[in-house]
Amino acid sequence: MKKKAKMNAVELTAKYIFTICAVLAIFAVCSITVYMIAKGTPALKSVGVLKLLFETEWKPTASEPAYGILYIILTSIVGTAASVLIGVPVGLLTAVFLTEVADKRLAAVVSPAVELLAAIPSVIYGLLGLMLLNPFMYKLEKIFFANSDTHQFTGGSNLISAIIVLAIMILPTVVNVSASSIQAVSPSLRAASLALGASKIQTIFKVTVPAAKSGIMTGVVLGIGRALGEAMAINMVAGGSVNLPLPFNSVRFLTTQLVSEMGYAEGIHRQVLFTVGLVLYIFIMIINLILQKLRKETDEDE
Amino acid sequence: MKENIKISVQDLHLYYGDNHALKGVSMDIKKNSVTAFIGPSGCGKSTFLKTLNRMNDLVDNVSIEGKVFLDGDDIYDAGVDTTILRKKVGMVFQQPNPFPMSIYDNIAYGPRVHGIKDKKTLDKIVEQSLCGAAIFDEVKDRLKKSALGLSGGQQQRICIARALAVQPEVILMDEPTSALDPISTSKIEELMEELKKKYTVVIVTHNMQQAVRVADDTAFFLLGELVEFGDTKNLFSYPRDKRTEDYITGRFG
Repeated sequence: MKKKAKMNAVELTAKYIFTICAVLAIFAVCSITVYMIAKGTPALKSVGVLKLLFETEWKPTASEPAYGILYIILTSIVGTAASVLIGVPVGLLTAVFLTEVADKRLAAVVSPAVELLAAIPSVIYGLLGLMLLNPFMYKLEKIFFANSDTHQFTGGSNLISAIIVLAIMILPTVVNVSASSIQAVSPSLRAASLALGASKIQTIFKVTVPAAKSGIMTGVVLGIGRALGEAMAINMVAGGSVNLPLPFNSVRFLTTQLVSEMGYAEGIHRQVLFTVGLVLYIFIMIINLILQKLRKETDEDE
Repeated sequence: MKENIKISVQDLHLYYGDNHALKGVSMDIKKNSVTAFIGPSGCGKSTFLKTLNRMNDLVDNVSIEGKVFLDGDDIYDAGVDTTILRKKVGMVFQQPNPFPMSIYDNIAYGPRVHGIKDKKTLDKIVEQSLCGAAIFDEVKDRLKKSALGLSGGQQQRICIARALAVQPEVILMDEPTSALDPISTSKIEELMEELKKKYTVVIVTHNMQQAVRVADDTAFFLLGELVEFGDTKNLFSYPRDKRTEDYITGRFG
């Protein structure tokens, strides 16, 4: 009997420890949300929603300051979307290659290499972008805008550089999540397809990949989240001026906006930066809601 | 070669690496009949079945010697396109494995990969195949619903319909009822009677009674060897080999 009581004590303690951990996580999410809303909304009042979100001029320290962040929002959307458009197909095909096509020895080399990509700190991506991409972009810029009077030369720090760096940075997420979901597809489905006389490629694209679509979508959405939230690498390659997100423009993202100005901002300027943070936070929340909805839908499918 | 022989296997050896899994199997499988392979687990009966549509090609480290003639052509010839072979020699697996898509798309999958796009043709093939697998009435109102919502027995008949949809000549069934309940099993056994009118059916079964019920010919495998092959009634009533007798009387296996 005594032993049983002891067991119960262990069980109970374990239960409480788990509960406390879970509560901590929930508390963190709630407090961040509350804090972001509390800090991010005042600027909407003091500057005005329209002036803040839908105007493009950003002059926080001028004598007549302007706090329009529309270009910054657009840059984040365009930059993320473009990097996903490049990164997802490449990542998905890499995943297919690793799981279905490559022979085992090759996969054993490529697979850890892709995983290593995820472990590389983002500042290293930034450095490489700075050293390799930007000079190349500068050359292109000089060719494309040789006779332009209006183009503001950036030295190669532009939207395209940021997009390429982001596309590479989301690769490991997309590849790893997709590859594991493709691997999880039952071999008997592949066998069924092949036994019907389908070729290997037909089997991959008509059976295996569709059967893994929930996992692949998860990878895509996580990739979007990563691209949207990345600050350091793109801060180094994107230039940093507030501009319309055109390929060869120096641009500023929601994240880089915070990184580059938070250190010295005061008063309304500081409030506005919190609003920028809030906008980013809302974007990330939307991405996560989509992710959860996708997961629910695919669960119902199966 | 005799007219009614569909598949003729001559001295087939199969190795998994160093493991000699099939040891010189020779057998003639008759057209429009049901041929059953029986034997204890690991005796090579499923492996042998898979040599008939070259599904063993997908396994690493397999080497195969010997000849398998389908209508007189060796399917292991260098120039043979396995996709065409497998269109002719369909397969139903042990576990029902419908694709995670609608019933209609499951059946239409095979015809589609072989290039049929016309909606009306596909509709017709889907209906005929489902009828052929005796499941049309059960699913005709829910063709657009996921095949995964069906019961195990229904799923297996969907898989049979899926195999029929590419208009095969031979249907290989690898223990098709071992995952099913008795009622579903008897439905599929009845179906085999129907199927053999149009197709040549080869079935691997764990269940000797099933072989007695459905098969015209039966082959008994043991440790990679074909011990005995012949008319089902004869094999079960007058086994020529002591090992066959021991097996069918339940002394091992």
